[in-house]
Amino acid sequence: MDLLEGNLELKEIQKLEGHTDRVWSVAWNPATGAAGIPAMFASCSGDKTVRIWQQTPSARCSASFECKAVLEETHNRTVRSCAWSPSGKLLATASFDATTAIWEHIGDDFECVSTLEGHENEVKSVSWNASGSLLATCSRDKSVWIWEVQPGNEFECVAVLQGHTQDVKMVKWHPFMDVLFSCSYDNTVKVWAEDGDTDDWHCVQTLGEPNNGHTSTVWALSFNSTGDKMVTCSDDLTLKIWETDSRIPQETDGYMPWRHLSTLTGYHDRTIFSVHWSSEGVIASGAADDAIRLFIENKDGLEELNASFSWAHRTANGMADTLAKQGVFR
Amino acid sequence: MVSGLINANPVVYERKERRVRTAPFSADEYAVEPIDQQEIFDHIRDIKDPEHPYSLEELKVVTEDAIEVDDKHSHVRVTFTPTVEHCSMATVIGLCLRVKLMRSLPSRYKVDIRIAPGTHATEAAVNKQLNDKERVAAALENPNLLDMVDECLAPTYA
Repeated sequence: MDLLEGNLELKEIQKLEGHTDRVWSVAWNPATGAAGIPAMFASCSGDKTVRIWQQTPSARCSASFECKAVLEETHNRTVRSCAWSPSGKLLATASFDATTAIWEHIGDDFECVSTLEGHENEVKSVSWNASGSLLATCSRDKSVWIWEVQPGNEFECVAVLQGHTQDVKMVKWHPFMDVLFSCSYDNTVKVWAEDGDTDDWHCVQTLGEPNNGHTSTVWALSFNSTGDKMVTCSDDLTLKIWETDSRIPQETDGYMPWRHLSTLTGYHDRTIFSVHWSSEGVIASGAADDAIRLFIENKDGLEELNASFSWAHRTANGMADTLAKQGVFR
Repeated sequence: MVSGLINANPVVYERKERRVRTAPFSADEYAVEPIDQQEIFDHIRDIKDPEHPYSLEELKVVTEDAIEVDDKHSHVRVTFTPTVEHCSMATVIGLCLRVKLMRSLPSRYKVDIRIAPGTHATEAAVNKQLNDKERVAAALENPNLLDMVDECLAPTYA
């Protein structure tokens, strides 16, 4: 399908009710939605619970999702975000109660198998690396923590990264390298990598105003499928595209820096909270102006506003790769 | 928590007379009146200052003129003036304004709260916090803060 031709349309196919407070974030289970396995995703809410939704096996084209489980009585404050391990067997949930819970998916049930403590206050985001061996969390306490996954669902903290000067809003691992990215209320994006010699994690790059970076809180970031570009979104009402040299760095070589490629301005007039780069190359952004906008790269290499946008929800909060899989693109 | 009051002797102003709103003659009894400046002001004027037994109107922390409403675009901006430049209660006042409007206005409304430029030492920092919905949500889960806010809002529900 040539995305540049024809009119792209975002169509709501189902409205799922159940949560009793705002839904902050959603995440698709990566081990579902193909090879006959019904699609499944998790949603987390201010009602302190996480709900698991699954597509009924019979209805494939007209998506019919139902709630399969409610994960409750674990967090005692808002659950802000969640992330599935690459195998789809574990779900990490980050909460304002300063903990991160790890749930194991066994059959139809979910059991809380571990609780990660350490942050001083609200945990905002959690992310698994490509192999599922590492987990990262971040918090309003300005730090980023890295945890190693050990046998028996044990988690060991291997690094507490200081550097941001304010609340860290989101962490995300690179799609295939063990390099961690964080974005913050301090208006910067930081890149963290392990020193080959000392095995210490440290900040290898900061993307701030001097690098053509954002001028207000950076809320989210997302990588393209080849891992050589990323998009960030901010309270400064812009989306920024960044790129790096596509050659994969040698382990002992110097780190490959990221540089600003372009800025998308004028598409949202209120804070952009969420952005995602789908596997098919479509960038979706969600903002406080109640709009979701879709962008694709045209022949001139520029990201351009695509044919349509749509009003959805009060504010488009979290948007994993929802749009990539829900009724619009396959 | 500070032991002494930030501003022990605030200037207290007279309350503006409350205009009785006359229902406009309209054949359509279901017609929705657009929300205007006065209505927003009526929601917030009686909010109690966190430190003194006076309302935000009496302390001139909020005035009707400092409210900008655009009902068609569901947008409102309230600019408030703390009584003292180093007022540490500024964030609490801002939070009270936000909560009261959140509870009183239709959910389609986008609310911006800010400190009057030039009236506070750290206005940029306070404004940024007040307009970060995640920070506001987390703050309102703090029982102590929520109690303080509810106490300030109590007179407005009378």
